[in-house]
Amino acid sequence: MKRGLEGPAPEERPTPAGRRNKQGIRIDPEVEATHEPRRTVISALVAHEPGVLSDVSGLFSRRQFNIESLTVGPTDDEERARITIVVEEPDPGIDQVEKQLRKLVPVISVRELEPDAMRRELALVKVDAADPASVSAVADMYDATAVDSSPETATFEITGSRQKIEAAVETFSQFGIREVSRTGLTAMARGTDQTAGADLTAQPADEAKYGDNTQPADDD
Amino acid sequence: MSERAAKVTPTDDEQTDEQITDSAAPDAATEPDSAAETESETTAEPVTSGAEAVVRALENAGVEYAFGVQGGAIMPVYDVLYDSDIRHVTMAHEQGAAHAADAYGIVSGEPGVCLATSGPGATNLVTGIADADMDSDPMLALTGQVPTEFVGNDAFQETDTTGVTTPITKDNTFASDADHVGSDVTEAFALAREGRPGPTLVDLPKDVTNGETDREPDEPKTPDTYHVQERADSEIVAAAAERIENADRPVMLLGGGVIKGEASEACREFAIEHEIPVITTMPGLGAFPEDHELSLEMAGMHGTGYANMAITHCDTLIGIGTRFDDRLTGGIETFAPDAEVIHVDIDPAEISKNIHADYPLVGDAETVVEQLAAAVDESPAATKWRAQCQQWKSDYSMAYEAPEDAPVQPEFVVEALDEATSDRAIVTTGVGQHQMWAAQYWTYTEPRTWVSSHGLGTMGYGLPAAIGARLAADDDQEVICVDGDGSFLMTLQGLSVAVRENLDITVAVLNNEYIGMVRQWQDAFFEGRHAASDYNWMPEFDKLAEAFGACGFRIDDYDDVADTIEEALAYDGPSVIDVHIDPDANVYPMVPSGGDNGQFALTEDQL
Repeated sequence: MKRGLEGPAPEERPTPAGRRNKQGIRIDPEVEATHEPRRTVISALVAHEPGVLSDVSGLFSRRQFNIESLTVGPTDDEERARITIVVEEPDPGIDQVEKQLRKLVPVISVRELEPDAMRRELALVKVDAADPASVSAVADMYDATAVDSSPETATFEITGSRQKIEAAVETFSQFGIREVSRTGLTAMARGTDQTAGADLTAQPADEAKYGDNTQPADDD
Repeated sequence: MSERAAKVTPTDDEQTDEQITDSAAPDAATEPDSAAETESETTAEPVTSGAEAVVRALENAGVEYAFGVQGGAIMPVYDVLYDSDIRHVTMAHEQGAAHAADAYGIVSGEPGVCLATSGPGATNLVTGIADADMDSDPMLALTGQVPTEFVGNDAFQETDTTGVTTPITKDNTFASDADHVGSDVTEAFALAREGRPGPTLVDLPKDVTNGETDREPDEPKTPDTYHVQERADSEIVAAAAERIENADRPVMLLGGGVIKGEASEACREFAIEHEIPVITTMPGLGAFPEDHELSLEMAGMHGTGYANMAITHCDTLIGIGTRFDDRLTGGIETFAPDAEVIHVDIDPAEISKNIHADYPLVGDAETVVEQLAAAVDESPAATKWRAQCQQWKSDYSMAYEAPEDAPVQPEFVVEALDEATSDRAIVTTGVGQHQMWAAQYWTYTEPRTWVSSHGLGTMGYGLPAAIGARLAADDDQEVICVDGDGSFLMTLQGLSVAVRENLDITVAVLNNEYIGMVRQWQDAFFEGRHAASDYNWMPEFDKLAEAFGACGFRIDDYDDVADTIEEALAYDGPSVIDVHIDPDANVYPMVPSGGDNGQFALTEDQL
């Protein structure tokens, strides 16, 4: 017996003129721009309870969001913690990161920080101290503070933007780096602007258009 | 023995507590806002233990049934359930408990409750929890856990249950003290039901359930950090309404969210008022009557040709309660490529996740459809488009060949079952070819009559789901499990439950002695190499049914179909029909994975 159904074959059917891109956006002149990944900082205020960090980190791995760093720490309210995440995603991905985070029950509020937000990271760098004078000169250049020293090593604390820390580590490397430990980025909105606070719960979920926040992140 | 010893102490305390509460009752009544609660409190004994608080929480939430399997760490809860009015259905396997609870949730709209012990009990629930999560079904899972002091020590039957289930639950909680455990349960119950439904889990260490407490659980309430937006932004509603009024080729796409949001009636009125053709997703089956002329039935991988043509060529797509899953969209690039998308969903994270929404409407489906109905003044001028859709209906008819001399065709069996049952009959399925035939050839006209595993695609879902559906359904609703031989074999131990509980369900196993869908793909994409898909031999399911104490039937010829179905339906209890179908029957139309919906294949050589 003949198997299958009757009807015009695929090549006999009309086909629509349009197309979508991989992000499900119809390609037409208005929204044609493909979205390139950009690095940005997302701050989340969460209930300070067991399992929140694993909820958040699990979400990122499960949904294959590209994260560069994730830091967590207490706030002035002992029932709340702040999680700061540096992600690198195209705009629709950043949008998804925010929405998926907001969906987690212990998450109170989520916000992508403006490019001018204050961003800081701390690094401990342990170097060979065979040439203490030169090491100290480099430390001064980067406002690094000596934390520990031994006959063979010196350890410095450097605080600042990602670029500053990378530059410092690069410069220190001439002496021979033993170990580097970095905290990842923490950040805060400037002035009276709120980073991610309790009153931001009813956030607009309805941004139809992307592209208002695409200027490159200035890390300092 | 230690179990008994542990119980003696609370019993002594019980009396003391009772006396205290009795004397305290008049004081409580003088407080104005507790007047309403006083009545319910006097009807029940005060709680004395964590386990009593857990069961009280379920009772207060109106839970009528619970599905589960006993075991060491959950025993304190079961001991309290023993005296409760909640009817506990003892399942043969925890997976079945989860599926039964899931199906109960689908049919009733209220969270289905399942219980299991720690370790293997909890891990056996995992498939069913993941299934409920993918399909946004309301479900509450309660798992026993080893006593808190042993947690983390790899104790006997210990599993990090909250860790394991974090990615597959809407939310989960490790109960940490007896005073709060009742409220942990009510909160989980509320979370499972509110907003976008989903499974929640409370892990119950044995010392917590055995622990003393006199704290009554709070009323079911979601946590303060949980927010649901009910109404969509009115400006976007207005813009979307204008788009609908000016549409040339509008289509409504109704997903499972329409059914969960009780929006079927509002959608039906809107579609009929404005004469907009309606497509459903698979979870949306029943959201719109398929016998209505505006219905194009189901779109997607095995959707009808006419639904796939309409969705491909529409210029305005009103998607309601759908997450634009890949089995629906096929390749993103070719999905409704000319359409402006109006997307209604209660979960903001679904908006523009897969398909960009030009008009994002976050809110409750029924509320937003009513908002749209109020905003749309003129029906779109789509006479030509409707005629085109009707033309496609006849061009791509679902009519199949069923020659007398060939083996029984599965489509015929599905239609015969549909014919023999009422409009409100409930269909449950496993996963595979039989599921697709059941979706395609049964005419769904009512919400909550299609109970299946969509997102996760769990073979073996059908029988335990039929058990849960039976208990949630009205007496006059038949419950039919259309199963496949492979799916049925995975969970058929559930027959013992159906027999013990004397549940009137009819299982029709479309038996081709293959994992048929895999065999179909192998024929299409793997040069017909039937690796591990060909069973070659299957037990005789009718006899197996008899061994369980159910009623068994067998169909080999067309002549047997109608009579046997009638007999099986007439049997008051579980019956199994082993239907030997054409082993080479395939499911069409078919859009290959990631393919263009408009280029669906009607035969194998078009793939």
